[in-house]
Amino acid sequence: MSKEHNYQLDYLDQLESEAIHILREVAGQFERPALLFSGGKDSITLVHLALKAFRPGKFPFPLVHIDTGHNFPEALDFRDALADSIGEKLIVRKVEDTIQKRQLTEPGGKFASRNALQTFTLLDTIEEFGFDACIGGARRDEEKARAKERIFSVRDEFGGWDPKRQRPELWNIYNGRIRKGENVRAFPISNWTELDIWNYIRREKIDLPSIYFSHDREVIDFEGQWVAVSPFIRLDATDVVETRRVRYRTVGDMTCTAAVESSASGIDDIIREITATRTSERGETRIDDKVSEAAMEDRKKNGYF
Amino acid sequence: MDLLRFITAGSVDDGKSTLIGRLLYDSKSILADQLAALEKQSKNKEDGEIDLALLTDGLRAEREQGITIDVAYKYFSTPRRKFIIADAPGHIQYTRNMVTGASNASLIIILVDARNGVVEQTRRHSIIASLLNIPHVVVAINKMDLVDYSQDRYNNIVIDYAEIARTLGLKDVTYLPISALKGDNIVEKSTSIPWYEGPALLELLETVQLEKDIDLERGRLGVQYVIRPQSNDLDLHDYRGYAGKIASGIYRKGDKITVLPAGLTSRIKTIEVGGKEVDEAFAPQSVVVQLEDDIDISRGDLLVNGDHLPQVEQEFEVLLCWMDTKTLAAGNKYLVQLGSRTVRGLVKEIEYKVDVNTLERQPAPAQVGLNDIVKATIRTATPLPFDRYTDLSVGGGVILIDETSYVTVGACMVQ
Repeated sequence: MSKEHNYQLDYLDQLESEAIHILREVAGQFERPALLFSGGKDSITLVHLALKAFRPGKFPFPLVHIDTGHNFPEALDFRDALADSIGEKLIVRKVEDTIQKRQLTEPGGKFASRNALQTFTLLDTIEEFGFDACIGGARRDEEKARAKERIFSVRDEFGGWDPKRQRPELWNIYNGRIRKGENVRAFPISNWTELDIWNYIRREKIDLPSIYFSHDREVIDFEGQWVAVSPFIRLDATDVVETRRVRYRTVGDMTCTAAVESSASGIDDIIREITATRTSERGETRIDDKVSEAAMEDRKKNGYF
Repeated sequence: MDLLRFITAGSVDDGKSTLIGRLLYDSKSILADQLAALEKQSKNKEDGEIDLALLTDGLRAEREQGITIDVAYKYFSTPRRKFIIADAPGHIQYTRNMVTGASNASLIIILVDARNGVVEQTRRHSIIASLLNIPHVVVAINKMDLVDYSQDRYNNIVIDYAEIARTLGLKDVTYLPISALKGDNIVEKSTSIPWYEGPALLELLETVQLEKDIDLERGRLGVQYVIRPQSNDLDLHDYRGYAGKIASGIYRKGDKITVLPAGLTSRIKTIEVGGKEVDEAFAPQSVVVQLEDDIDISRGDLLVNGDHLPQVEQEFEVLLCWMDTKTLAAGNKYLVQLGSRTVRGLVKEIEYKVDVNTLERQPAPAQVGLNDIVKATIRTATPLPFDRYTDLSVGGGVILIDETSYVTVGACMVQ
């Protein structure tokens, strides 16, 4: 029995334990939490962590997807299959419906992104179900404004984030008390990097939508980024449609997510490519962050995740 | 591969942001597009160097004012370790932010400007390190290039600091001469400082011994959530699992557990980690525990393992860092949260104020203001199990929450 044991936890185990602790704090502190699920690798990892946190019980929250209507079909199929296989409740609310109901103006242009409009649907959904906390898969390494956000981030009734009035967050004590109208965004994988996620997915053998792996796709070259041809982008006469072997490093809308050229068909290949890459995740694949230095900070102040 | 969380203390003038930028840059954790964005913004490009400080200041206001207001977290890893840096502002008006960043750190890098030596700010950062019980202290004597890499200058600063370390009882202190701007002794050993025989900063960070930082003797497991599947499945019909994260200690099947504050005892029937049954689990694992006996346990209760029981009291003394712009006066009521347990309480008495620059005791002010650190007595409505912070920090850190705004207003270290 008393064999040598060095009671040391691997860094992935430490991150996992921290994330489970945060998920359980949300469950323990809030009446009506929800887990925001997009079908991307970060929220899939969250679901995996929630299974570890709450089984053999049920999740104390539904999965909620804000469907922009511009999602990759592969990601939507994956979403439905996953919710079905784990037997948890999935709520889908569509940006399209919010546009109709609230007579919102669709953005125009070549890549008419509904990224900003989904904040309206998210806030409506929070109100509809009375959610007091939304769990999200944002990571601090993604972006500079996110690096400053708390794990329990209190938002006002407009979903707005005020970076100057954040609550101090000490030790592993999370203060989730809120006043009427406010709600909390909770980020269990705040301290994970992109590479941590991929290493964890490999270790835990977590399934992902097929678009994360290399496949042939019709794309156009937009300022050095490969954008998928879809009904949601405007093709101009100067665009050259070509078929490339690509994969996605992040999965957002088809209008604002770019593919990377890659032949990585398995997770080991992907990890090798990410380790060697010299461009950040959002820099390589997000068309929407390039607008200004403070693009993310501004979106968060307006209620964005 | 393990994980080290550390904090850097210092102001922009000390080269703190430059140091972090240098660590990230030289360990190749800054990527091409981030670098390009940085080059675009670098306003003060001296001899073509980019302003590494811009890398850590994430908010628009910070970039505009050229200061760090809030704690930012940065990540990098080497083949040996993953690192999480809490980048905290060093000015006195941001003491609360530094306390926040320090609360989860296993190591602190205290930057000393070689030209100025030990100054008031050095003392303040060291005092905070000792209050928060940070196990490892690295004194990085920076800007060595500006004192001609003088060994005498370095030695004098070491002698001065050793006196502070002695007074504060800092145990594990390491010194090294660096130049963050030039990259001396950050990632690579410097050829400009041949008289220094120790490792460069990165190697130091990679090799600091972390095993003893977690106490494995005294078992503390706070219940966060009770898992009751309420399933018709016969195996699960009576399942009642107590979910929580082991803060310290080892928990084994069959161990005798004391449930606090009630004081009841039982034995561990099963332990699960990530849904799989195991024979033992240890800090900082998240687990689900089932007990042999059917006793009333809910969120906020503490499952204690071992003979070293925490104290269970309604009144205790704390060192309190006040974090709100609304002032604190004796008699004020707050919510008191320790781990997952929250009780109502009041600040009964304020004994004295700690001068964070000198550690001297000053008369208690009638109104305790933002960033003040005071010795106080707290009284709670119901008994709270706790450890002395200096003994077992995971059992002795408490926050105070305003009862109407629900803002976190104070951080307490139980004495």
